[in-house]
Amino acid sequence: MPLTHPETELHNPQSTKPPLDPHLKALENEAIHIFREVAAEFERPVMLYSIGKDSSVLLHLARKAFYPGRVPFPLLHVNTGWKFAEMIAFRNEIVKRYDLDLIEHVNPRGAAENVTPFSHGSALYTDIMKTEALRQALDAGQYDAAFGGARRDEEASRAKERIYSFRTPDHRWDPRNQRPELWNVYNGMVRKGESVRAFPLSNWTEVDIWRYIQAEDIPIVPLYFAKKRPVVERDGMMILAEDPRLELLPGETKREEVIRFRTLGCFPLTGAIRSEATSLDDIITELETATVSERQGRAIDRDQSGSMEKKKREGYF
Amino acid sequence: MTAPATANAVQEDAAGHVVTFPATETARAARDSRPLRLITCGSVDDGKSTLIGRLLWDTKAVKEDQAATLRRDSNGKQNDLGLPDFALLLDGLQAEREQGITIDVAYRYFSTDRRSFIVADTPGHEQYTRNMATGASTADLAILLVDARVGLLEQTRRHATIATLMGIKQFVLAVNKIDLTDYDRARFDQISHEFRELALSLGVRQVTAIPLSALKGENVVYDGRASMPWYDGPTLIEVLELATTRSSQTVGFRLPVQRVSRPGESFRGYQGTVAGGSVKPGDSVVILPSGMVANVTKIVTFDLVRNAAVAGDAITLVLDRQVDVSRGDMIVAIDSQPLTGLSFDAHIVALQPEGVQPGKRYWLKSGSRRQRVQVQPASQLDLKTGKWEQAEQLPMNAIGKVHLAFDEQAVFDPYEQNRTTGAFILIDPDTNNTVAGGMITAKRSALGGIHTEDARVILSLPADLADQLMATELFVSRREDAEVRRVSAGRASEIIDTIDG
Repeated sequence: MPLTHPETELHNPQSTKPPLDPHLKALENEAIHIFREVAAEFERPVMLYSIGKDSSVLLHLARKAFYPGRVPFPLLHVNTGWKFAEMIAFRNEIVKRYDLDLIEHVNPRGAAENVTPFSHGSALYTDIMKTEALRQALDAGQYDAAFGGARRDEEASRAKERIYSFRTPDHRWDPRNQRPELWNVYNGMVRKGESVRAFPLSNWTEVDIWRYIQAEDIPIVPLYFAKKRPVVERDGMMILAEDPRLELLPGETKREEVIRFRTLGCFPLTGAIRSEATSLDDIITELETATVSERQGRAIDRDQSGSMEKKKREGYF
Repeated sequence: MTAPATANAVQEDAAGHVVTFPATETARAARDSRPLRLITCGSVDDGKSTLIGRLLWDTKAVKEDQAATLRRDSNGKQNDLGLPDFALLLDGLQAEREQGITIDVAYRYFSTDRRSFIVADTPGHEQYTRNMATGASTADLAILLVDARVGLLEQTRRHATIATLMGIKQFVLAVNKIDLTDYDRARFDQISHEFRELALSLGVRQVTAIPLSALKGENVVYDGRASMPWYDGPTLIEVLELATTRSSQTVGFRLPVQRVSRPGESFRGYQGTVAGGSVKPGDSVVILPSGMVANVTKIVTFDLVRNAAVAGDAITLVLDRQVDVSRGDMIVAIDSQPLTGLSFDAHIVALQPEGVQPGKRYWLKSGSRRQRVQVQPASQLDLKTGKWEQAEQLPMNAIGKVHLAFDEQAVFDPYEQNRTTGAFILIDPDTNNTVAGGMITAKRSALGGIHTEDARVILSLPADLADQLMATELFVSRREDAEVRRVSAGRASEIIDTIDG
């Protein structure tokens, strides 16, 4: 996007699409308000970008919030090294297309100690390659505000998360001692070293995300659409078997299935679902009749009840 | 019923009742499809968790894996309908599960074919006024829950008072556990009558009372006609579907400026969310507090240059001339301006253990503007009696009337007229924590004279006009400050003459 727009070009050529329904419009307005407020109040904001559908919506809203200007903060991708290959390709394309500043961070401990989800187990691996890595990247950038795409409907401990979620200098979240949040008046006052995580999508549900992606024609990683792909069954999940680093265990066999993903994370920890949904319409229909929640496919949530809360206290997004 | 609590069981449940939705196609077209924000008030004993759980369950917002986790965590504890313990679904934080209490505001989401809902779930304990105020600040509607066997409690008055103060105008009285009274109609009528009296004393006119059983799912999402043929009113979900969302579109245009967008020399736009009224190109506006005047040339959004914007829209406004506008300023309609001044009256709710200290200089944030303020408490609301008592300082959970004194011009609307430009938070500069939420009631004159605190105004009005004025929300909210005598016209002019003489 060029830095300046001559006045005659302010009319966006994409504007032929029908107006958003009032429900999505209200959610969009709220998110844009939060983006602008954080960008104005904090010195060094950054946006956590995980390449998934929520991040795609978040990025779209950021572009809308600051139009006709550029997105005034960088995107941070904490890369575990175990993301789906299609996610990385998609990320690179998006950064180029929208003229974004991307910072990629990989925990150096991962390579040094060869930390993998297979060798260290999902809990320790997540702790080192995601939580610790995120802390490193936030410290390095001295960011005082980090946007995230978390939604309150995702998981029980998120239901009480504020829109501005205060973090101590060591990135800890104290759920018992959160700042009250009234109306849409946000308290952005922090001392040096302290920060907030800001969640513009707090009030969105999974269906809202998909309906918005459809209404706004937002690009997403093709893994969300059903296709015949190689999979292997492990720990009750169907894992994508494309990456050469995935070694089959005794008794495991690779097979082809028509699958898609409801959420995207690290490929060894993300379960696929059997699905014929090849379009956004199909996905929304599937979702409206779904009987399981989206995080059901995520191994890290299932360690034990309250496990997300523990991770969040330690600085996980 | 001993069937396991699965989606199938819910369907069987549903099949046992006749589900009818009375709305016609015309009602459907006119409906407000923006999400409805609501707050639930009541205690664990009233069955609040069960009610919210029932809403989530019957609208299919609970998925199978969540239900399975729920059943695992319930350790086999199930109610006699074979449903899991809903409280576990709602109490998200481990600390709460261990202590069995709800310690904070949690937000829940569910939807029907017609609308989606955001529920602020707040605890019912007395000491958690602050949580209720937080949840109520964004709510369009309040559900007050009472146990049909117990009736109204002191806390019912307290919850209704706080909700009213926070600007909620639509109430549902959920008379729960009606099954435990053998669906006693007289009991329900008595409780709803008592509540209507209470609501009237608070100036609330929109009240719907519903007899229901959250446990059995009667009159929540599915109707309870089989058990309560005498009740022909709406179910809870029907009331929620038809409720109105708050709108500040009828008042003057307000745009608190969040950012100035200058992507290049040729463009300068003011970004913010319209907080009241509407705007279109050509409108004359004033920038406050500076008072400079300009005209709107364009309303820019990512999608298109718009012909108009209304309250709630996040926009970028372009003006016809170079004026000094920065973050924290408010762009307003020239013919309908807010109050500006150095001194205001407000209601506040104290949110932190240290309370609100007299004379201390706090940060006040309203819209996008942050400025220094000195706060002088005047009185505190006794939630038991509904009376205002004189107070020097306000402890945590207190609701007080305060005077605000600013160093620089402040810009507000009365909260009664605008829930955005009339609302603010107080931030303690020592801790950076949010210590109070506040609502502007009026501007004070800094000059004293007849506008000082002790001054009174005697009006002599025709009875019908007085009755209309006294029915307004503003008057009702300050009823205790007024003295009213009914006299003949002749007697009134005698009294006035006495004063003048």
